[in-house]
Amino acid sequence: MEYKGWDQVEAGAVLPSFEDKNCDVVRQKQEDRNYAQTSSYTASVADWRVFKPVFNKDVCIDCQNCWVFCPDTAIVSRDKAMLGIDYDHCKGCGICAEVCPTNPKSLIMFFENEENEEVLSKWPEKKKKEK
Amino acid sequence: MSKIIKNLKQFSTSNDRFEGAHLLCPGCAHSIIVRELLNCTDDNLVIANATGCLEVCTAVYPHTSWDASWIHIGFENAATAATGAEAMYKTLKKKGRLKDPDKPVKFVAFGGDGATYDIGFQFLSGAVERGHDFTYVCLDNEVYANTGGQRSSSTPRGSSTTTTPAGKVSYGNKKYKKDIVAIMAAHGAPYVAQVAPNKWKDMVKKYQKALATEGPVFINAMSACTTEWKFPADQTIDVSDLGTDSLVFPLYEIENGSKLTITYRPKNIVPVRDYLGVQGRFKHLFKKENEHIITQMQKDVDKRWEMLQRREEAGV
Repeated sequence: MEYKGWDQVEAGAVLPSFEDKNCDVVRQKQEDRNYAQTSSYTASVADWRVFKPVFNKDVCIDCQNCWVFCPDTAIVSRDKAMLGIDYDHCKGCGICAEVCPTNPKSLIMFFENEENEEVLSKWPEKKKKEK
Repeated sequence: MSKIIKNLKQFSTSNDRFEGAHLLCPGCAHSIIVRELLNCTDDNLVIANATGCLEVCTAVYPHTSWDASWIHIGFENAATAATGAEAMYKTLKKKGRLKDPDKPVKFVAFGGDGATYDIGFQFLSGAVERGHDFTYVCLDNEVYANTGGQRSSSTPRGSSTTTTPAGKVSYGNKKYKKDIVAIMAAHGAPYVAQVAPNKWKDMVKKYQKALATEGPVFINAMSACTTEWKFPADQTIDVSDLGTDSLVFPLYEIENGSKLTITYRPKNIVPVRDYLGVQGRFKHLFKKENEHIITQMQKDVDKRWEMLQRREEAGV
């Protein structure tokens, strides 16, 4: 996208979210929408992350706690099932891993430079409850 | 026409209308609160936003995070902008000049606690007094977080901020927090409520009720601030939990200026000390010479809870 200089920006500028003016936001899923370049959906904050959440599908119970508490709309959830993490928009705050209720957790924070496959292969075992 | 949301799975099928890659801090509760409001309804929304964290972070040139009509207005007049749009909409509807007159449109104003409690208070008061059909949501993080953490009239007693720093002579902010919910209820607004992001179902219910109510609605939302309350980013929901369970932020609603209903009663009430202990801004209160502030705070919270319960029983 081409940035305008300070003296080229018009006062009272309007930033459209979509290319198409009649976009039905309520019924269209994010991947079907025709986002304009001025929507922050097209931007990325991936470089903010120090830790990243890794999602393990085998343990997940689709409770959607992570979806509702994610501040960055970075949990991809379709048709009542959790699909994964949108790494373009995730800032690595760790709320999703904190609110995950399963045992072991299906979302765990790891260092950004670790490989997802490698981490998934050594996922922690179920912990017994301490009495 | 509000959407029916029975459980979290059903809620998660909503198509998000608040996009990611805004520049709010990691773990900020603002976006959780805003996202739920945008997702809990199918109606078109017109949003006015006062200056503050939410505004500067969601509309950084050249990007916008909003999939709804959104306008940024001065620090003080988010309520005025929303009511102005509402008045124009009503007039155009009366004159038959709307393209789609049957499609419901809701008017929402967002403001931080600085924009609501202090700077925009007169404008909010006026808008509620005029009786426009709009919803005002105050994102209450108890400090001017956007400009570096100056105290606002929402800052609780004993909190250390950049303008009321705690040290050898002072224990931080000496003034009490303004009870904005009671003030707005006293205006005779048809619906006034307090919400917290950790109780998502309670929040969605109140939002839907607010949007369905005709007339001015005020909602005070607790918004835990990782930067100014000084706790780790992943603890936002836990800190909010402690806030509601220790009754520092009781969740209740007031209808028609009088009928008070408590919507969440914690099973185990946590001492206020636990809520203060997780936040860096209250660290100094745990020194020996400041202990009396905590005792006083616990007393105030208990007294308020007692008052709320009595008011609920009496129904006045």
